Amino acid sequence: MAVQALDAATLPIDWQRLALPAVLIVVGYGLIPAYASSYLVEAILLPFLALSLAAVGLNLLTGYCGQLSLGSSAFMAVGAFAAYNFNLRIGGLPLPATMILAGISAAGIGVVFGLPSLRLRGFYLAVSTLAAQFFVQWALTKFGWFSNYNPSGVISAPHLTVAGFSLDGATGRYLLSVTTVIVLTGLVSRLVNSATGRNFIAVRDNETAARVIGVPVLRTKLLAFAISSFIIGVAGVLWAFTYLRTVEPAGFNLDRSFQILFIIIIGGLASIRGAFLGAAFIVVFPLVLSRLGAFLFGGLFDSGALDMSQRIVLGALIIIFLIAEPNGLSALFDRLKRRIGSRSS
Amino acid sequence: MSYYDFLFVIEVLVGGLLSGVMYSLVAIGFVLIYKTSGVLNFAQGSMVLFAALTFVSLVERGIPFVLSLLITFAAMVVLGFTIERTVLRPLVNRSPMTLFMATLGLSYIIEGAAQLVWGTQVHGLDLGIDDTPFEVGGILISSFDLLASGIAAAMVAGLSAFFYWTRIGLAFRAVADDQFAALAVGLRLPRIWGTVWTAAGFVALVAGLLWGARLGVQFSLSLIVLKALPVLVLGGFDSILGAIVGGLIIGASEKLAEVYLGPFVGGGIEGWFAYALALVVLLVRPSGLFGQKTVERV
Repeated sequence: MAVQALDAATLPIDWQRLALPAVLIVVGYGLIPAYASSYLVEAILLPFLALSLAAVGLNLLTGYCGQLSLGSSAFMAVGAFAAYNFNLRIGGLPLPATMILAGISAAGIGVVFGLPSLRLRGFYLAVSTLAAQFFVQWALTKFGWFSNYNPSGVISAPHLTVAGFSLDGATGRYLLSVTTVIVLTGLVSRLVNSATGRNFIAVRDNETAARVIGVPVLRTKLLAFAISSFIIGVAGVLWAFTYLRTVEPAGFNLDRSFQILFIIIIGGLASIRGAFLGAAFIVVFPLVLSRLGAFLFGGLFDSGALDMSQRIVLGALIIIFLIAEPNGLSALFDRLKRRIGSRSS
Repeated sequence: MSYYDFLFVIEVLVGGLLSGVMYSLVAIGFVLIYKTSGVLNFAQGSMVLFAALTFVSLVERGIPFVLSLLITFAAMVVLGFTIERTVLRPLVNRSPMTLFMATLGLSYIIEGAAQLVWGTQVHGLDLGIDDTPFEVGGILISSFDLLASGIAAAMVAGLSAFFYWTRIGLAFRAVADDQFAALAVGLRLPRIWGTVWTAAGFVALVAGLLWGARLGVQFSLSLIVLKALPVLVLGGFDSILGAIVGGLIIGASEKLAEVYLGPFVGGGIEGWFAYALALVVLLVRPSGLFGQKTVERV
């Protein structure tokens, strides 16, 4: 985690590095919209994309900048509810503008709750991010204005249209998600290789040393909170508008925050690829476990027991990853690639 | 303000202070572990749940009260040493954040296991304590809360005595002071950590019984960890005194805020008020009221 390829940006064009994104684009825009079943899209790909984006955002803050946050789902909620209100109250606002405004709202709230980071470190900061978690959820439930006075605080997704095209179908929502994720992830991967990204890493590795060598620590931390919350906020919009379509504030609870944290632990801290690998794992793992449970134990395995064993296995996996592979699935993936590479050459 | 209003304030204040003691009870378990191993143990709440659930399930199966207590305590000893062996030892020398995240995983395991073994239904727990409020000088005080405070005070006194007058207590303090120095003079860290986790398990057992009698033994018991965190932040992670004072401050101001501030913002503020209060204190004192200030070196 401490050693990172800082020189990647200065290398000449490496075709191997471009091969993977090219394949992803062909699969993402060509094969999946054409062939994927609507179950695959609705139940797996849409949550996967939204959670991946949230994990990319949290990874920026926690993985790269070293500020542990336990309030990610609060920022998702801010994004989702802000998008709902912008769409509702400003007639004819284009969808991309709604999403950007929602992200900016989340960034604003993120900076407010990031302010304590100027004074606090480590656990004290982590606990203060919990304040964001509880406060946002309370405010969204308590003040009816946010959900347009829906009695249970539920918001429903509006019609999604971009430049006259309706994106309400499964494929349309998928394309919206995948495009948003690709654009934002591209920006983040540029950011982490820039001077700002290096400042993030310097603050994470040794805050005092970073200050000594002239990194503007306070500005860097607030920037990390702002950008991270922006991305998580947009992820919240995707979660609410493309995946669930109807959400209530309680859907963005502490468990969701932990889930996003687990994604980056399992996937790999300070790795963009890790966010995607981790999210894929978290989305697919419960499905596999329930199939496996049904297969091994048949009817004995009721849903309560399944829920509990899922918790146990997930908790155990977190500990195992932290002990055996602190850099997560991403590092595992690298090692696998190297082994295959050395065998074929 | 009339005399009765004044009485009412006092009554709210006393009720708040007493419920603050209940928060301190949970927070002390955190402090024990944080002081000696530098781990913020998020699993403390799930240990409370585990202890209470084990105890109440044993009692329901007809095992006498004292025996159930002993068996549960034995389970906490096993749990403490297992955690040391399987989680802490492999993670030795890793960053505090890593250890914290490991305890997050641990809390999932313990919660899941406790409910997988004992089921998810709500159990009532009757400790045989009479919970009728009695009147002192015109204000009502809950006798249960008062007894809980007594138990908490006794436990703190016992723990302090243990820390100051026993050999292993001395070892605890040595480890808390400087792990490397403690290792160098031949203290066995693994055994000490195992013991500390056991002590935290014991605290969890006491907290679990009292909270369980209050709320019923159920999953939400593990959420009291979220009540204890602002207490810890306020008092400082490494001070038992801080945990107690923090608990009292949070308990009292939470109740007062609920009564006097709640109506203006629509109520239900107890979920975040403690955190906001803790944050305000932190902005003035970044290591809490009684926390040790750390000196940073490059």
